[in-house]
Amino acid sequence: MTADILLQVLVSGLLIGLIYALVAVGLTLIFGVMDIVNFAHGEFLMLGMYASFWAFALFHVDPVIALPFTALLLFAVGVIVYQTVIRRVLKAPMLSQIFATFGLMILLRGLAQFFWKPDHRLIPHSLVSGNIALGPVQFGLPQVVAALGAVGVTGALWFFLHRTRLGTALEATAIDREAATLMGIDGQKMFALAWGIGAACAGLAGGLIATFFPIFPEVGSNFILIAFVVVVLGGFGSVTGAFLAGIIVGLIEVLGGFLIGPEYKTAIVLSLLLIVLLVRPKGLMGKA
Amino acid sequence: MSNRTVLDPRKALGAVALLAFALLLPLGITDPSRLNFFILILMGAQLGVAWNIVGGYAGQVSLGHAVFYGIGAYTSTMLALSLGLSPWIGMLAGGLLAVVFSLAMGWPCFRLKGHYFAMATIAVAEIVQILVTNSEFLEGAVGLSLPLDRSGLAAMVFLSKLPYYYIILGLLVVTVLVAWAIERSHIGYYFRAIKDEPEAARALGVSLTRYKLIALSVSAFLTAVGGSFYAQKEMFIDPGSVFAGAMSIKIALVAILGGVGTLMGPVLGAVILITIEEYSRTLFGSTGSGTDMIIYAMMIILVAVFSPAGVMGLLQDLRRHLPGAGKTSETR
Repeated sequence: MTADILLQVLVSGLLIGLIYALVAVGLTLIFGVMDIVNFAHGEFLMLGMYASFWAFALFHVDPVIALPFTALLLFAVGVIVYQTVIRRVLKAPMLSQIFATFGLMILLRGLAQFFWKPDHRLIPHSLVSGNIALGPVQFGLPQVVAALGAVGVTGALWFFLHRTRLGTALEATAIDREAATLMGIDGQKMFALAWGIGAACAGLAGGLIATFFPIFPEVGSNFILIAFVVVVLGGFGSVTGAFLAGIIVGLIEVLGGFLIGPEYKTAIVLSLLLIVLLVRPKGLMGKA
Repeated sequence: MSNRTVLDPRKALGAVALLAFALLLPLGITDPSRLNFFILILMGAQLGVAWNIVGGYAGQVSLGHAVFYGIGAYTSTMLALSLGLSPWIGMLAGGLLAVVFSLAMGWPCFRLKGHYFAMATIAVAEIVQILVTNSEFLEGAVGLSLPLDRSGLAAMVFLSKLPYYYIILGLLVVTVLVAWAIERSHIGYYFRAIKDEPEAARALGVSLTRYKLIALSVSAFLTAVGGSFYAQKEMFIDPGSVFAGAMSIKIALVAILGGVGTLMGPVLGAVILITIEEYSRTLFGSTGSGTDMIIYAMMIILVAVFSPAGVMGLLQDLRRHLPGAGKTSETR
């Protein structure tokens, strides 16, 4: 009996952990390429959720079907954000960089509140719903689909970074900006690409969880903190590290919530951040 | 240390005039809600100036200052409720507790540079908010109310708004004086060195962590004092008001908007921010419509892109470009 419950807890931790990984991957990619932390990353996720919601509410398009559009839309948002704001603060003092993405965070939240009201919204019926049982363990089908989607997207990103020309150029920029520029890689283009991909990853994560998670303007605030823990644990800039760390954080969150109390689960995850900083500041797979 | 300049008489005169204006301002106000508006500005300014010590001078951006604010509010209130202690003493106790907390928090968090330090401060504030919300001892999410039966100066409870105005004005003056003293002392130079040239400062033997901790603890003390004042003014506190992430953001915003690293920038920032808040509320109806957020987010982004020194920096640039401004426009 207890073993069954534990197994159930571990499975749900794994499922949510894969989502965290997907959110964090975009954050760590942007950081790796240009040393900027995107405070508005949770808001990209929020936009992804609303994209799914409106696709469903206005055009009756199922969130799963809408995913490619969500990805494209958020890729565009990421590139626009880079071109309009981030590009201008690249050489500015660090404070300006923090304020720029921090301002974006508040702006996107404010716009969402203004246009879409602060209410919690839900997508009532979607293609994937219900539970599946595997022996004694039950899981919600939407959660499983979301987790599988997250694995797929993260895997595709890994493949892109390591097996394609453009991806390698991006990775090279992350490793050594100067050297990459000398090799003829257009730094500006790579930065814009990183923002596009980073935003698309967060947006996809939002689209994937939109079927089982309430949608509201401030939904990103919780995810950005967790994604931050994942990035620190995984090692700044490491996509593989973020993937592993996402799973670990998901497991710790659910397990901690189960053992200590669900009201403390976020506090437990955030404490993990401080522990990592004290014990192993460079994280699991960090560069420095 | 060597260029400790003589007081600029024009600036001294300006400061005296500003103070006189602030002291006389309530005489012309009969409407308590109008007076409350000015109290809110002074509260915002006091917090912004306090934040600026660590976020502006030392360049360590904290987005979790509500944790100190909340510690101040809860300490003075708990001491008043359980021991009947005067909030004047409670205020100091809250400040000291915030200092202890800031040292414990700074030790791991200062291992992070720049952006990530900012994120870590959010995390710490969030943890504390969760713990307080679930603490039976602190009445959890229900919050604490101060009894109305004791009023007067010792209990810092007044029926009129006027005493609150003068108390927060006094606290603001003290906070500005502390910031001013730091600005002019050798500590202020170290802070700026840490902000602008951390590697060079380290090479010269400046202990980065030590001075960052000094900056954070002074800022924490003053922020906690502001929290105690809030508790006395509102007579009610709960985690959602004093420990909230939105509070942290607001504290930082005041300084960022007005001008990071300038003495009076945060005061200007508070005037702008609180005015925007009030007017967007009356213009666009209830809170939660997001308009105030949109307006100040646009302002922050513009400040970040065009004028990292905030509105204060813009004014200084303007003054420099005006004919006849000459050399006196150097303000710090």
